[in-house]
Amino acid sequence: MKLTIGLVTSPGTSRANKTGDWRVRRPVFLHKTCTGCLLCQLCCPEGVVYGEAKTFDCDFDYCKGCGICAQVCPVHDIEMELEGE
Amino acid sequence: MVVLSQKSASLLHMEVLEGSRAVAEVVKRCRPHVISAYPITPQTHIVENLAQMVADGELASEFVNVESEHSAASVCLGAAATGARTYTATSSQGLALMSEVLYNIAGLRLPVVLTCANRTLSAPLSIWNDHQDSLMVRDAGVIQLFAEDCQEAADMHIQAYKLAEDHRVLLPVMVAMDGFILTHTFEPVTIPTQEEVDAFLPPYQPLHYLTPKAPLSMGTWCEPDKFLEVKYMMHQAMEVALTLIPQIAEDFRRHFGRYSGGLIEEYRMDDAQTAFVAMGSLVTTIKDTVDELREEGHRVGLVKIRAYRPFPTQAVARALEGVERVAVIEKAISIGGVGILAADIKSALYGRERPMVGTFIAGLGGRDVTKDSLRWIMERLEEGATLQEFVDLNLSLIGDDEG
Repeated sequence: MKLTIGLVTSPGTSRANKTGDWRVRRPVFLHKTCTGCLLCQLCCPEGVVYGEAKTFDCDFDYCKGCGICAQVCPVHDIEMELEGE
Repeated sequence: MVVLSQKSASLLHMEVLEGSRAVAEVVKRCRPHVISAYPITPQTHIVENLAQMVADGELASEFVNVESEHSAASVCLGAAATGARTYTATSSQGLALMSEVLYNIAGLRLPVVLTCANRTLSAPLSIWNDHQDSLMVRDAGVIQLFAEDCQEAADMHIQAYKLAEDHRVLLPVMVAMDGFILTHTFEPVTIPTQEEVDAFLPPYQPLHYLTPKAPLSMGTWCEPDKFLEVKYMMHQAMEVALTLIPQIAEDFRRHFGRYSGGLIEEYRMDDAQTAFVAMGSLVTTIKDTVDELREEGHRVGLVKIRAYRPFPTQAVARALEGVERVAVIEKAISIGGVGILAADIKSALYGRERPMVGTFIAGLGGRDVTKDSLRWIMERLEEGATLQEFVDLNLSLIGDDEG
């Protein structure tokens, strides 16, 4: 990308730039006790959890690994795993 | 000093005006879309006049009253980002409060024009003039032009818009004029007509601007691998301004019949052995003193710095070539350092056959710099002044508990 005067760019760069690369832990959706309550999807600050009961997954291009989904899951069906393991 | 051409019809428009009024009259003729300001002495009369013009329906600007200078500058930033021509004015602590936004305005490359009615900074509390406020934002990326008299201050604002809005520059321009000495002094000033200003200053054509019809992002997040290059681009724009400032002044002369711009002005520098260097209204006193000293046989001259940022390094070096002694008169102080303007002057002379450069701190907090002060400076310089001298320093004022 060439620099412009005043650093003017087209909108939509938060989609174009993959921002998941600083994640330390990644959510693992176990799909065992999931009731489909949608809390993981509703509470995700990045809006990257998709799917439905027992098929939830996450878009790792943008997931920052904050762990909120695992924290709010009432049936402990999401675990946070260290990246690289 | 403003030289009128013989045929100048603009004499017809000459009026005796307060400096602030003169500035307001020309800013009005530059047709800013948005004006935002917060009152602070000695800037107040400028924006009071403009507010009155808007209220009276003489000026079709949006005048945004705000609760601080930070907001005033922010309003100008936002308005300029939408492609509006903007104006603000401030002084002293007001400029300090604006400084955070000024860095953003410059970094976003928005051509905001502002007036700094120069006043010192507290503490101790003082409303009087020196250059401490302007010099505080020296490194922000704001072009700084210093006016000697009210006519020059007025003319510089018209030139400031042309300079700021040039697509090769796109930086904010600050016109610095001495608080009270210029802002509150009545002088004969020629105010150009609206038609004359329109012929010189076309409507602002923004390079990029915010509009819902074509969304874009401005001033985006910048990683370490690109930040240096962005600052380099700003520096390059300043270098372009260095060549444009004299060109715009020439263009101004063709339109208005006076030369009220340029980077520096040399006064009686032919064969000068001693040179004064100064900025702002003090220059007029120096010119009178130089005339007197010349009559007494002293080979003395003056280099007036009109453009402080970008700093005219080459022009200063050329002007001071062959001079034996230079007195840089500083209306500001770098406490614990040796001169602010003097540092630039010395830098310009580095690597050349260079004169002795003395730094003279004078006129702080509104103290008059008189002809006697200037004569003392020249004598000290000839005696071989020390690195930095305090002019008219009254040590008897300092109590015993000091130190």
